[in-house]
Amino acid sequence: MLDTQAAKTNRDAVGFGDAVREAIAEEMRRDPTIVLMGEDVAEAGTTFKVLKGLVEEFGPDRIIDTPISEAGFTGIGVGAAMAGMRPIVDIMFGDFLTLIMDQMVNQAAKIHYMSGGKWKVPLVIRTTMGATRRSAAQHSQSLHAWPSHIPGLKVVVASTPYDAKGLMKSAIRDDNPVVFFEDKISYSKVKGPVPLEDYVIPLGVADVKREGRDISVIATSSMVQVALGAAVMLEGVGISTEVVDPRTMWPLDERTLIESVKKTSRAIVMDEGYGRYGVGAELAAVVAQGAFYHLDAPVTRLGALHVPIPFSPPLEDATVPTEQQVVELAMRLCGKA
Amino acid sequence: MTVAHQTQTAVTIPLDRLLHMYRQMVAIRLFEERVNDLYTRALMPGLAHLYIGEEAIAVGICEALNRTDYITSTHRGHGHCLAKGASPDRMFAELLGKASGYCRGKGGSMHIADPETGNLGANAIVCGSAGLATGAAYASKYLKNGRVTVCFFGEGALNQGVLYEEMNLAQLWQLPIIFACENNMYNEYTHFSETTSGPIMARPAAFGMMAVEVDGQDVRAVYSAAAPLIEDARAGGGPAFMLLNTYRYHGHHVGDIARTYYRPKAEEQQWASDRDPIKLLTDWLLKEKRADAAALEKIGTDLTAEMDAAVESAISAPYPDPSEVNQDIYA
Repeated sequence: MLDTQAAKTNRDAVGFGDAVREAIAEEMRRDPTIVLMGEDVAEAGTTFKVLKGLVEEFGPDRIIDTPISEAGFTGIGVGAAMAGMRPIVDIMFGDFLTLIMDQMVNQAAKIHYMSGGKWKVPLVIRTTMGATRRSAAQHSQSLHAWPSHIPGLKVVVASTPYDAKGLMKSAIRDDNPVVFFEDKISYSKVKGPVPLEDYVIPLGVADVKREGRDISVIATSSMVQVALGAAVMLEGVGISTEVVDPRTMWPLDERTLIESVKKTSRAIVMDEGYGRYGVGAELAAVVAQGAFYHLDAPVTRLGALHVPIPFSPPLEDATVPTEQQVVELAMRLCGKA
Repeated sequence: MTVAHQTQTAVTIPLDRLLHMYRQMVAIRLFEERVNDLYTRALMPGLAHLYIGEEAIAVGICEALNRTDYITSTHRGHGHCLAKGASPDRMFAELLGKASGYCRGKGGSMHIADPETGNLGANAIVCGSAGLATGAAYASKYLKNGRVTVCFFGEGALNQGVLYEEMNLAQLWQLPIIFACENNMYNEYTHFSETTSGPIMARPAAFGMMAVEVDGQDVRAVYSAAAPLIEDARAGGGPAFMLLNTYRYHGHHVGDIARTYYRPKAEEQQWASDRDPIKLLTDWLLKEKRADAAALEKIGTDLTAEMDAAVESAISAPYPDPSEVNQDIYA
């Protein structure tokens, strides 16, 4: 059924959520030990309808509605992964990572190491990030910095449908716990080409989304689209912008980021997480150190405003970096302001 | 109502099994005495939480498990690991941080894990293993491999919320798991009556979960209660909760010496003299003329030699090379 759907879809404009669903469905067809569990993932297909149709194909034994017990079913995912399965647990909002911290940080991340390499935890924790959906402070955060801080976890932050599908397949096949972030705004706003044939994107390989000469914008998740929009505007003022998407926070493709900044000699790091102590700090440190002798301007960060995300639209919109901010900052760094 | 109270020792246990349980309890006792010694001689880094006094629980339950069945354990986990089949030399080596230890020295006393004996790992977060135990039970049901998981935890875990998330899921999905609550009466340095509201047995009852309360000092009672619950879970009958009443002879950890501010010496002495699990089984075996004193003594003598040799081998074993610090972070 899903194949028929896929065949009907215009492969040049596949939705972000559809790409995620295709990846999960294709992997589930390949490997019967993969199950997916979470709140309202079955008939409802998640609150964002991303998994619509999966329970009809795979049945309720593999697409499993759970009680509202994030720690409870994430713990089940960890144990099931140790005992021979490849579970995907669905944490509806990234904000709810607070509820699974012990399972993710003290259990999943450390079991392989603490057991001297004997137990493995091939688990995917699938969750969301991103603001501007008027969901207020407890449903809008981008908390990917937290798992990125923990040795033993891998962290994916995809920005395009093509990347989301290939990275999800890698995450499912990986023998380690992988936290997979999907930007909620991408479900409705981001479409792109996804080939029908099977492919994977290895974890830890950055992608240059647009080549340029004058400044590098290293951007994650929804900020990639913002950076690309800004790059078009900057072209109009004679600034050639390179946009680099790390795609995974860990493993981190430091080399590609550093090479880009060595080439352009300027860098903006943009991320939708809180700026203070966020992934932007890490990415900025990596390129500042790695490309120090090539820099013509200070490496500069753009992140979410350091406030709990407000509800009112004009207030919320003020918290997220915009194309205009990128343009102004890039012009200043390039001496054209 | 699915709650059964204080079980009686009704099942006839064959002599070889009784003697094996005796041997296992003595092994744990001797192991822990040596841990105490190593720790107080400053040969063991970190912390040591002794299981002395509680041996009948790990032994009585693990005796009813297969090697491929799973357990999860706690910070007070040496007894569970040994009862499930861990070898003392590799246990001691791990406790001393040596390369030949179960976790190559990366886990230590509170994290012994061993796939070969179904040991998913001891866990240093109170109630930290409830999730992964329930997950292993879920996998066993999904994969139809007939394995049962026992989640050992202390009564201190009774007030962690995640326990009830897992008990709800286990009962809802009829998972093959036994929640084995060892009530040694003290959450670290606090009597459980000061932390725990209502009757403990009302908690599994709230989920409609089969539950039994057992004398955790009587290994025959523990085995007799555990065996049918485990076989029932294996046959698809769903989870069960065991409340095992016991006593921790030593402090919360080896360094917890001055304890009179939270429990009286007379209480400690009474449990050790009247309710000791090894003494109870010894007395019963002799009274019933199932074994003679010389045979039991020989078991102890042989084990003493084995444990001493295990300690020596661990002391002389090499530490891991510092270069191993970066290994095994990712599979």
